[in-house]
Amino acid sequence: MGFFSKLKEKIASKKVFNDKKEEEKYSKGLEKTRKEFSDKLNSLNKKYKKVNQEYFEDLEEMLIMADIGVQTVVKFMEKLIDRARKEKIEDPEELKELIVDELFIIYVNDEILVNKINYAESGPTVILFVGVNGVGKTTTIAKMAKKEKDLGKKVLLVAGDTFRAGAIEQLGEWGDRLGIDVVTGEENSDPSSVVYKGVEKGKNENYDIVLIDTAGRLQNKVNLMNELEKMNRVIGNFIPNAPHETLLVLDASTGQNGISQAKSFKEITNITGIVLTKLDGTAKGGIVLAIKEEVNLPVKYIGLGEKPEDLEVFDIEKYIYGLFKEMI
Amino acid sequence: MFEELGDRLDKAMSKIKGYGSITEDNISDVVREVRLALLEADVNYSVVKEFTNKVKEKALGEEVKKSLKPDEVFLKILKDELLELLGTEKVEIETKHNPNLLMLVGLQGSGKTTTIGKLANLLRKKYGKKPLIVACDIYRPAAIEQLKTIGKSLGIEVFEEGKKNPVEIVNDAVKYAKENDYNYILVDTAGRLQIDEDLMQELININESVKMHEILLVLDSMIGQDAINVITGFNDKLPLTGVILTKMDGDTRGGVAISARYLTNVPIKFVGTSEKLDGLEEFDSERMVGRILGMGDMMGLIEKAESVMNEEEAEESIKKMKKGKYDLEDFLKQFKTIKKLGSLEGLLKMIPGAKKMGLTNVQIDPKQVARIEAIVLSMTPYERKNPDEIKASRKERIAKGSGTSVQEVNKLLKQFEESKKMMKMMSNGNFKMPM
Repeated sequence: MGFFSKLKEKIASKKVFNDKKEEEKYSKGLEKTRKEFSDKLNSLNKKYKKVNQEYFEDLEEMLIMADIGVQTVVKFMEKLIDRARKEKIEDPEELKELIVDELFIIYVNDEILVNKINYAESGPTVILFVGVNGVGKTTTIAKMAKKEKDLGKKVLLVAGDTFRAGAIEQLGEWGDRLGIDVVTGEENSDPSSVVYKGVEKGKNENYDIVLIDTAGRLQNKVNLMNELEKMNRVIGNFIPNAPHETLLVLDASTGQNGISQAKSFKEITNITGIVLTKLDGTAKGGIVLAIKEEVNLPVKYIGLGEKPEDLEVFDIEKYIYGLFKEMI
Repeated sequence: MFEELGDRLDKAMSKIKGYGSITEDNISDVVREVRLALLEADVNYSVVKEFTNKVKEKALGEEVKKSLKPDEVFLKILKDELLELLGTEKVEIETKHNPNLLMLVGLQGSGKTTTIGKLANLLRKKYGKKPLIVACDIYRPAAIEQLKTIGKSLGIEVFEEGKKNPVEIVNDAVKYAKENDYNYILVDTAGRLQIDEDLMQELININESVKMHEILLVLDSMIGQDAINVITGFNDKLPLTGVILTKMDGDTRGGVAISARYLTNVPIKFVGTSEKLDGLEEFDSERMVGRILGMGDMMGLIEKAESVMNEEEAEESIKKMKKGKYDLEDFLKQFKTIKKLGSLEGLLKMIPGAKKMGLTNVQIDPKQVARIEAIVLSMTPYERKNPDEIKASRKERIAKGSGTSVQEVNKLLKQFEESKKMMKMMSNGNFKMPM
């Protein structure tokens, strides 16, 4: 049985979502991508009575326009065409299931994907947030801090972006709003020293979770990337096995460069997962698949809105449902 | 994968070369490569489709058929068509009003606040304007703080009234500017999604109340296929007068430049090229075409070099070189000049053909660079002028002073000797490239 039919069954027996509210969030947050995607797929299926060369070309266009990534799409199409031929599928409606199936396979690829945060067994869990400029690192940290605080955890924020004007104040204001402690340093000081201060405080004062903000850096700037490595060492020297997570924050509206970002950051530092922000704002949420296929990093969180509670743990089944709910 | 883009085009070109001539049959393959190359540069799909059809048509035209070098003619068609799409006429920023009113709009995180600082700086420096920056991002935490910090470092005043209604803030700012002889008003606005009705209305209200002379859309050059929705969304609601592409110092191809121009027909006025407050350059369509096609950016390289090099100093070094008097002082000076140019990897990428020469994968370790500098700085001025005098005991002291080893000092001195020899040969005009 393919993934598609399994998911159908699961949805019917209400095993996918925890509650109605969560279902709505996925459904609404992915509305734009879904509209663009399943609506086009549906009209494609109306246009063609039979699957042929032109049908596949139109489909390829659709997938590229969803930012799934040129390389991923080219590979996907080869596989799909091959499968359609072998299984002798000519009816576009029948092919729809194959498409969903194959998209899911891109992401899962026979692996068990860990989307859970790796919490420390004892002592504070340290999470480092990295990414290029303007992707929403600080906002993501604030959202995550609220989530953890609501779970009753003692949260500490560390303003490791000592470079951008106003970055320290931005995190400070979030701290005030949420009632969470923030460790800051002087503007333009060495970020590693602030990070050290933060980790030290986190350990000595028994915080459960330490969230560290860093300055945005373009992935082709070698010295800034090396600075990340230094921060990592500072943290690891103080708390063994830390940071427990290094999350790369990516803007969902980024195109092919998102893949370059993921690749470069992964080379420099041990990225453990991705936070995909602003997914509600884009109609092109396909980048999730491209990153998995080309860089092999799991998406751990997605941002589906501006409110703190709009940060969701990523789940591929829910994501696929959000994209194809009309078909299911 | 971005390096693959140049490869794709190379592949396409060598295909044409191999065919000897372009025919209806073989052109499809080539056009497909071009299509994929542009898509990988994040040019919008529908734009690519129309563009490649046009290129195909032209390539099948008489001129190419007759040509002995169809690949070159094809490349020329490709470049010309891209240039036409981007527009070659330069449209300067509006400066004739008093005061001029300018507003930056765009998505969250596109870089509006940093850009407004750069723009104010440029207007003051290049056009002799007295700028006033107006803080209207009343939503994002510390956005006003950020702007104030930027204003302070530039010595440019930032007008703010906290979290008041932006329309009122702008009106108050205009009044304030007139009273205090400011002749250029730059309004920073909050980032917003083009589908956020309320926030879009806020921009419309600001514009209706004071009538902006410039409304510039700030676009992240890394944006993907969604660019079409963003660009048309803002363009439908506001009379945009131009576009600014930010974060072009990253490794993005910036295909969005083509989509933006095609969809709005407003010119791209500036590109952001560094995090520093002078990192804003006027848009140049020829350079952009080179970048999108992965063909290097020689003009950019030259401009960059010119901006940091002191002509007199350069001449003096050449004179010294000719006389064979080039010493470690000069070496250090040139070293510092090169450092000012930015990352060496970035520079290498700007050289046309660097990819073919295998230069783009060169990794330069900034630590190594710092060590070389430390060694030279640990020498006394006398030693720098007379490198031959640096014997064992001096070497040891220099190694200690710079935290390196005698071996490293030796290595540097040897490298210096070699470059001196090479320079002498070059200036005598009998230098031949080792083949």
